[in-house]
Amino acid sequence: MNRRVLRRWVSNFMVGLMVVAVIIAVLPLLFILLNLVIKGAGSLSLGFFTRVPVPAGETGGGVANAIVGTLLIVGAASLIGVPLGVAAGIYCAEYPGSRLATVTRFVADVMNGTPSIVVGVFAWTLIVARQKHFSGLAGSCALAMLMIPMVMRTTEELIKLVPNSLREAALALGYARWRTSLGIVLRTALPGIVTGSLLSVARVAGETAPLLLTALGSQYFSLNLNQPMAALPLTVFQYAIGPYEEWHRFAWAAALVLILVVLTLSVLARLATRRRFTFND
Amino acid sequence: MATTSLPESAQAAPVTLHGSRAGDRLFKIVLTLAAIAIPLLMGFLVSELYTGAHLAISRYGVRFVAGSTWDPVAEEFGAFPLVIGTLLSSFIALLIAVPLSLGVAIYITEFSPKFIRQPIAFVIELLAAIPSVVYGLWGIFVLIPILRKAVFPFLRSVLGFLPLFQGPIYGPSMLSASIILAIMVMPFIMSVAREVLLAVPGSQREAALALGATRWEAVMSAILPYARSGIIGAIILGLGRALGETMAVTMLIGNRNEISASLFAPGYTMAAVIANEFSEAATDMHFSALAYVAFLLFLVTVLVNAAARLLIWRVSRGPTGGKGR
Amino acid sequence: MTEPTSLLATERLTAMYGKFTAVKDVSLQFAPNTVNALIGPSGCGKSTYLRTLNRMHELSPGGWITGRVLLDGEDIYGPRVSPMQLRRKVGMVFQKPTPFPTMSIHDNVAAGLRVNGKLHRGELAEVVEQSLRRAALWDEVKDRLKTSAVALSGGQQQRLCIARTIAPRPEVILMDEPTASLDPGGTQHIEELVFELKKEFTIVIVTHNMQQAARVSDTTTFFYMGNMVETGPTRQIFTTPKEERTEAYITGRFG
Repeated sequence: MNRRVLRRWVSNFMVGLMVVAVIIAVLPLLFILLNLVIKGAGSLSLGFFTRVPVPAGETGGGVANAIVGTLLIVGAASLIGVPLGVAAGIYCAEYPGSRLATVTRFVADVMNGTPSIVVGVFAWTLIVARQKHFSGLAGSCALAMLMIPMVMRTTEELIKLVPNSLREAALALGYARWRTSLGIVLRTALPGIVTGSLLSVARVAGETAPLLLTALGSQYFSLNLNQPMAALPLTVFQYAIGPYEEWHRFAWAAALVLILVVLTLSVLARLATRRRFTFND
Repeated sequence: MATTSLPESAQAAPVTLHGSRAGDRLFKIVLTLAAIAIPLLMGFLVSELYTGAHLAISRYGVRFVAGSTWDPVAEEFGAFPLVIGTLLSSFIALLIAVPLSLGVAIYITEFSPKFIRQPIAFVIELLAAIPSVVYGLWGIFVLIPILRKAVFPFLRSVLGFLPLFQGPIYGPSMLSASIILAIMVMPFIMSVAREVLLAVPGSQREAALALGATRWEAVMSAILPYARSGIIGAIILGLGRALGETMAVTMLIGNRNEISASLFAPGYTMAAVIANEFSEAATDMHFSALAYVAFLLFLVTVLVNAAARLLIWRVSRGPTGGKGR
Repeated sequence: MTEPTSLLATERLTAMYGKFTAVKDVSLQFAPNTVNALIGPSGCGKSTYLRTLNRMHELSPGGWITGRVLLDGEDIYGPRVSPMQLRRKVGMVFQKPTPFPTMSIHDNVAAGLRVNGKLHRGELAEVVEQSLRRAALWDEVKDRLKTSAVALSGGQQQRLCIARTIAPRPEVILMDEPTASLDPGGTQHIEELVFELKKEFTIVIVTHNMQQAARVSDTTTFFYMGNMVETGPTRQIFTTPKEERTEAYITGRFG
């Protein structure tokens, strides 16, 4: 009798421990979001979004160049990464047994696990070193390389979900194979693919390390991707480690903007499909 | 049913049975090119890294990992403190993260009331979506002051007999970086562990409960052994993430290339040194040394991730209660 | 070159998946405007045989044939024949209704037409209406042509697929157990349809429902283990079969 009571106690105790674990795990999120709002919201003004940085030590200015820079760099990265990822995903879904598909799938997994700083070094040696200057475009290429495996995996999975009967019905009507794959199969899988692409954009928008080695950041407003360019995550980093109070406040505000963008994209994307995604897998 | 005749142009034109398939060919070519691009890019990455590192490799060879001096001015480079720093920070992060992550994962798959599961899963996804640099920002201005003023002195007073918890407290330190790393790695381990646990058939748990086990005992004896490979895989996946983490680590670790016995002392990691020094390196040898570090980091993470994947893949194939069948 | 006496015929057709022979040496002829049933137990090769008639068999992994399949006297496996063009003359309806989910009812019916050639909107609408009428679906959907096709019931979806198949005016319609996933009401609808459709098309229908074969078809062919055991007018097959195996199957001794 006593033994059973003891075992019950142990069981309840463990459950209690687990609840504590849940609280500890959830706490940082609340903490971070709260801090971001408290410390960052105060600096959000119209000027923050529309002005460019002022010389070090002075007050005022804004991060307009970083916002535009992020839009440009991430936009260019999407233009490169999404079509490539989707096309490769279609290939792996259409010819699943082929050797190329097996190799590509495996390599994409490796790519997915590669640290973003290493991808940054690659982009540096490939582009920056050869061009002998830093550029936002090199940053876009690095980010594109991070996006491709995610988009590819999502595309392949979703296309495989489209029932084969649909494909057969189209072929039996006299559709050419390419038309079946694009007009019927891809079209059916499209909402999910868009979601997957948005998620990869969200992930990549927050990346800093590769940009440190490629886009470098900039004080000035620029629309030229072939030059160093500012970006929100870079701004957060550079201002956070800088010596000025004003910079620290701007870092919080920029981080708040960044988080809002990233989280909104992520949440929207997942709400849209209500499917379970796994990370890195 | 009315039988009206179709307009002329709609009637099947005498379609001969001959035709070409140019569209299909083009389609396949475009797709194949896209698919080939990926291994090609990866091959480029490896070769470019190696070429960049070549200068340092030919000078140091494998001794690179053993050297302790990292002096760009004197052009002497040794990666030992970096390697140690990377391994140590990841190891401590896992030490903190794994019990917590597993606790959460087990709780939400086995014990929690149903209505909590979705919100918690949602929170986990949010945590994983926060960029590294934001964690770093929060770490510098919120976490480190708390650690420096309260937690570290407490640890020093209670555990100060260990060399790990002796020495001056600056704030940025190996332990601070490990803690933020733990916070960042938890969502991944939680997420994968949850998937693994969900894959365990309910019959296992029911059989244990029918034999009179408490719910905790059912988990320990029936479910965890079944899922063991997958959970180890989840942990190793987390390790892979931790090894490559750059921004939050470099913002919290102090960036000092020394090995110290104390966890309160600053340290350095492979990823951090690349982030800090790459854009300002002046000499070819400096660049090459950094590229060598990147190459090593790449190799390590690839191996770790491959091991993780193998383990997780094995779980999906069936029960693996231990070594062999 | 002999004059074709039939619309569709196979000569010594053997169909294989890799090394496995699914259909052995079948020679059959299908006359114009007839309904021809293929019956037999599961795995006897009747569906495989059907799929060689519109070159869908070769899309299965390892699928290939020897022998000839003649449409209007021409071998559809000839070197210069385009399978896509062929499939516009030989259409197929599947067991499971497969309306295209991203398209409206109207667009589903028109799907086979847009590949065929250029029709402008007015003509397209007319063809869509006629096809839906012929498929006995027009009255039920005429007010919602632009709505999604997946909102229809199973039986309606199958009739939609039939409308889609007949819109390009093929010569032959192949049906692979078209009523297998429908309820009795839907089944009856389809069977009535088949009876009407044969006025304009030639139909080859695979079914493992013998009563259905007896109800709708003009000729019946019995397959067993890849061989064509017996073929003939339906009434004859069901009342006085020549082969013992045929009789065994029809009387339900195996199946």
